[in-house]
Amino acid sequence: MKPMLEIKNLHAKAGCVEILKGINLTLKAGEVHAIMGPNGSGKSTLSHVLAGRETYVVSEGEVLYQGRNLLEMSPEERACEGVFLAFQYPVEIPGVNNTYFLKAAMNAIRKHRGQEELDAMDFLALVRQRAKLVQMDESLINRPVNEGFSGGEKKRNEIFQMTVLEPRLAILDETDSGLDIDALKVVANGVNTLRGPERAFLVITHYQRLLNYIVPDFVHVLSEGRIVRSGGKELALELEAKGYGWIEKEPAPSRVAAEFV
Amino acid sequence: MSTSTKNIEELVNREYKYGFVTDIETDSVPPGLNEDVIRLISAKKQEPEWLLEWRLKAYRHWLTMTEPTWANVHYPPIDYQGIIYYSAPKQKEGPKSLDEIDPELRKTYEKLGISLEEQGRLAGVAVDAVFDSVSVATTFKKKLSEMGILFSSFSEAVREHPDLVRKYLGSVVPYSDNFFATLNSAVFTDGSFVYVPKGVRCPMELSTYFRINASATGQFERTLIVADEGSYVSYLEGCTAPMRDENQLHAAVVELVALDSAEIKYSTIQNWYPGDKNGKGGIYNFVTKRGKCAGVNSKISWTQVETGSAITWKYPSCILVGENSVGEFYSVALANNYQQADTGTKMIHIGRNTRSTIISKGISAGHGQNTYRGLVKVQKSAVDARNFSQCDSLLIGDKCGAHTFPYIEVKNPTAQMEHEATTSKIGEDQLFYCNQRGISTEDAMTMIVNGFCRQVLRKLPMEFAVEAQKLLGISLEGSVG
Repeated sequence: MKPMLEIKNLHAKAGCVEILKGINLTLKAGEVHAIMGPNGSGKSTLSHVLAGRETYVVSEGEVLYQGRNLLEMSPEERACEGVFLAFQYPVEIPGVNNTYFLKAAMNAIRKHRGQEELDAMDFLALVRQRAKLVQMDESLINRPVNEGFSGGEKKRNEIFQMTVLEPRLAILDETDSGLDIDALKVVANGVNTLRGPERAFLVITHYQRLLNYIVPDFVHVLSEGRIVRSGGKELALELEAKGYGWIEKEPAPSRVAAEFV
Repeated sequence: MSTSTKNIEELVNREYKYGFVTDIETDSVPPGLNEDVIRLISAKKQEPEWLLEWRLKAYRHWLTMTEPTWANVHYPPIDYQGIIYYSAPKQKEGPKSLDEIDPELRKTYEKLGISLEEQGRLAGVAVDAVFDSVSVATTFKKKLSEMGILFSSFSEAVREHPDLVRKYLGSVVPYSDNFFATLNSAVFTDGSFVYVPKGVRCPMELSTYFRINASATGQFERTLIVADEGSYVSYLEGCTAPMRDENQLHAAVVELVALDSAEIKYSTIQNWYPGDKNGKGGIYNFVTKRGKCAGVNSKISWTQVETGSAITWKYPSCILVGENSVGEFYSVALANNYQQADTGTKMIHIGRNTRSTIISKGISAGHGQNTYRGLVKVQKSAVDARNFSQCDSLLIGDKCGAHTFPYIEVKNPTAQMEHEATTSKIGEDQLFYCNQRGISTEDAMTMIVNGFCRQVLRKLPMEFAVEAQKLLGISLEGSVG
């Protein structure tokens, strides 16, 4: 079976600073990969490059998504093709109703796929059901997008949107940071509900904690723009116990990730 | 430059859609202004002596005035002697039905998407369409007159209800008020007149479409709306103008009078030609709009969506005389390309327990300069006056400007004043967030702008709100929310 996502020797710059220095990573449908790493290692950059953020320039390498060149696609095309990014810092869009926003997103995606717009009643039913799943208060789904939301509510809103849009490839950028344990469980529950053979997840996190609830198939450690180590879920526990310093002290085995998968 | 910035620029650089000139034989006086021209205007309109005298008084006062320069707008000097002060579509008699209206004119309205039949018969809107300076169509008048509501062109009101006009004309905006209002008082050609009698609730939105058409014709509209005790009226004003190069002066005056427990809601969509993307051409819009809450418990509410004109100089205001009276101002002003908007309001609290609300949303794009200028004045007599002001600015791109000049004068210590102001930018991060959810940059822009203006748009009557959203390049929101 063709992989869902193939990242080959990906280099990316912000301005003239190279942040990603040769990432190799392959995700198959049905898999959950966790990316861990210290601050400044390039985790968020990787997620934004995959989503198409123009702040970053890809200087080398390629990314294939379902066999297609992802880097040639506009951000909205990627989204319509099923790439979803749960933002680390979701923006506020004052005055734009959350449900309206989500409906616009849903219909843009459906249009791209040649499907008809979802009936308003069906959409509302779906939204209600998903809000319940992530225990999001109904008042929040009718408030302006993220406006006046607490940090935790914003993160929950990202997961809520994800469960409504049902992407094929979901990238979670430190969704767990700033969440209390109950919220963490809710987020994990959202992800676990969507988990299935046709979907892949790339879970970026700083802490092992989240991975107790979203159990990954693979764990990769990112350091200074490279994947320096890959392993199973137990690698996360090892990192938790020994800290990132343990990995950083070892020579960087740049081929490890590619060989691993 | 990144793609999304480029997209923003493309979007804000859209050409003006309503640029065309209709060829109708016009009946014009030569350019220039003197007492003879004023006498001619007055004679052409068969006005009574007192009105001619009033015009002349205004003209003589105007000669002593100088053009104001305090607004944050810049334009070359206006040659007031180069302006044609009277121009009317040739017609022997006023049309008795829609069929009698010049087909060319009808076509113009159709191009604008304003079918009089649709407006009148289907939507239940009475249209007093002003084409250049003479009202050519008045609909639904009969139905309104059965309720005692007078809705006609200003000239007709002067002929048929001179006492009412004489009583209220200049009672809110005196002939000596300001340079442009005084000029208007001298040379105004036509406009609308509304009188709603005691206790009557006007059953439909009254609507006038203004349109500047004859080349180099300054348009000086005069509107007077009087709501008698316990009455209610909602008035819509919408404008589009054909494309041309030379600047056109527009100096209108609108006066509103609300007596005891009366309410007037006045909504405007202004979409005059703003000039091309290099700042060439466009309308100069120097308007004086003011309402007087003369009676107790009266209310005047201004809502405006200003997207057009090269220069906008406009401060719809409320004089809150009556005890417990309420003044409101809701505004969206968009300045794109080289447009300059200096707009805001004045709330003058005179009566006890008077309240006012100001919500202003300024959008600047391209090289546009958007200024909010507002005055809240609480006089000594205004015990327990309250005001809430909110001025928000949205910047699109990095070559535009937003300015806020809130003036507050309080002479009574019991007053409660609140002022909030924000400035924000449509950020790449907001656009990216929308893109990442599958929404195109264009749709994202409209969505963000619409969200920004929501508080104001929701104050517009439904059918007008739809037009406003279109004008702001907005598709869905509002009809859904």
